[in-house]
Amino acid sequence: MSENAANIQAMYQELILDHYRRPRNKGELEGEHTTVAMKNPLCGDEVYLHLSLEGDRVNGISFTGRGCSISQAAASMITQAVKGKTSDEAEALGARYREMIMGDKEAATDKSLGQLRALSGVSKFPARVKCALLAWNALEEGLR
Amino acid sequence: MNRRSDFPLLAMNPGLHYLDSAATSQKPRAVLDAIVNFYETSNANPHRGAYDLSVKATDAYHGARDRIARFFGVSDPATLIFTRGTTEAINLVASSWGGANVAEGDEIVVTGMEHHANFVPWQQLAIAKRARLRICELEPDGTVKVARLAELVTKRTRIIAFSHVSNALGTINPVREIAAIARGAGAISVCDGAQSAPHLAVDFHDLGVDFYAFSGHKMLGPMGIGGLIGRRALLEGMPPYQTGGDMIEFVKDADTTWNVLPHKFEAGTPNAANAVGLAAAVDYLAAIGMDEVRRHELALIESAMTRLSAIDDLHIYGPGPAQRSGVVSFTLGDVHPHDLATILDGAGVCIRAGHHCAQPLMRRLNVPATARASFYVYNDESDIDALVAGIMTAKALFGPAHV
Repeated sequence: MSENAANIQAMYQELILDHYRRPRNKGELEGEHTTVAMKNPLCGDEVYLHLSLEGDRVNGISFTGRGCSISQAAASMITQAVKGKTSDEAEALGARYREMIMGDKEAATDKSLGQLRALSGVSKFPARVKCALLAWNALEEGLR
Repeated sequence: MNRRSDFPLLAMNPGLHYLDSAATSQKPRAVLDAIVNFYETSNANPHRGAYDLSVKATDAYHGARDRIARFFGVSDPATLIFTRGTTEAINLVASSWGGANVAEGDEIVVTGMEHHANFVPWQQLAIAKRARLRICELEPDGTVKVARLAELVTKRTRIIAFSHVSNALGTINPVREIAAIARGAGAISVCDGAQSAPHLAVDFHDLGVDFYAFSGHKMLGPMGIGGLIGRRALLEGMPPYQTGGDMIEFVKDADTTWNVLPHKFEAGTPNAANAVGLAAAVDYLAAIGMDEVRRHELALIESAMTRLSAIDDLHIYGPGPAQRSGVVSFTLGDVHPHDLATILDGAGVCIRAGHHCAQPLMRRLNVPATARASFYVYNDESDIDALVAGIMTAKALFGPAHV
């Protein structure tokens, strides 16, 4: 298999396709919450992140939107990963995630990222980095 | 006939299947050489110096204009204004002619398939003038029905702006009929030729439109050069688009008079080297013959549409090959076009994925994005083989479509 083909197989893992087709936490959020919209005007990917905090803790989180498998799977996995975390914890996780997507090899094996490590293959595709970061950018803005 | 060897980038990358010529074309050696040759032998500021080298630069620039005008059947080269491309050419008309001639309550007609470059300038002109933008809806097969467009035309219609060929669907529009409707209504017709100039034989006078805009980089020429062809009487009556050097006659303290065509619309140092490059591009195309270019692309699009439509879950947008240039837009089940483009890229196949700068059209098709493959003189059946193989890889990776 060529390196290209191997990189593509690594990116489109079953776990990612599963989150794309059966997204977790997708839908509107009940009760009072903030919504952050992030769009990639070049390709039309859209993520609306809905967030409610209880004190300092992410109490409710969901997303709506549409786009490619990477942008939608990332939103699904990220909402799972930060539910129940404090905003400091969520931001630390986000920073690590960003490092992984930008190609940091250590971050790609960091257990604290859990399932999100499945997205590490995106770093080989600079044109797709934005897709993987869309939901995180929304979350960061929401936490601010 | 395989022309890949004329294109250095393609010759150096034998595994590359470039199917994104609707975005920009590759450049033949002859074009690159012409640009280098200008800088090596003729570089000076045209129209400025009294010395021999500047005369040489001026001659090269005007010679390029003459050759490009001839390519479009234009006998009066001064009616070909060089611009950065189609976008600037259309903005020129919207700003200059529109600014002077469109009033509150007037109407501007466009179609539902326009590229943003032939949509947003008219929308913004309408907003600024309190005029009304009317959009001709498309038929289910992605074509414009002339009778439907005619119904939108009233005595308030000042401009009908439409693409000759759709960048997203490849639809070839009935230019002559639409131009005739505009003439009959006392409106001007503005034809976006970005996707027709590279692929079809275009004779400006035969089309019957008032303005025709085109981009050099889509027709084998360099980026940053294109043009606006207009009727002399209209161009002469229009105010300048930009002001500055070269476009003036006399500059007095209180006012200024303008230079003659084409200079009135070409403020500042001209893009002479790229004009020379574009002239080499039209010479290259003319040597092939535009009828042969069309025949070559028609054969490719017929084959591509036959082979793609045989793939399960693949949906093609737009009309049949006879009314389509070398563009095919499609979706594949629930595989997002971006994912498809990434997977195809892994096989050396370059396609476009997204809204193709035509969001109003995407809304009408009710899809956020499509995948688009587009063909040109250097493509052949092996590029379609690679495209089909890449699509099958994507299908295997994603598995059966889920609903």
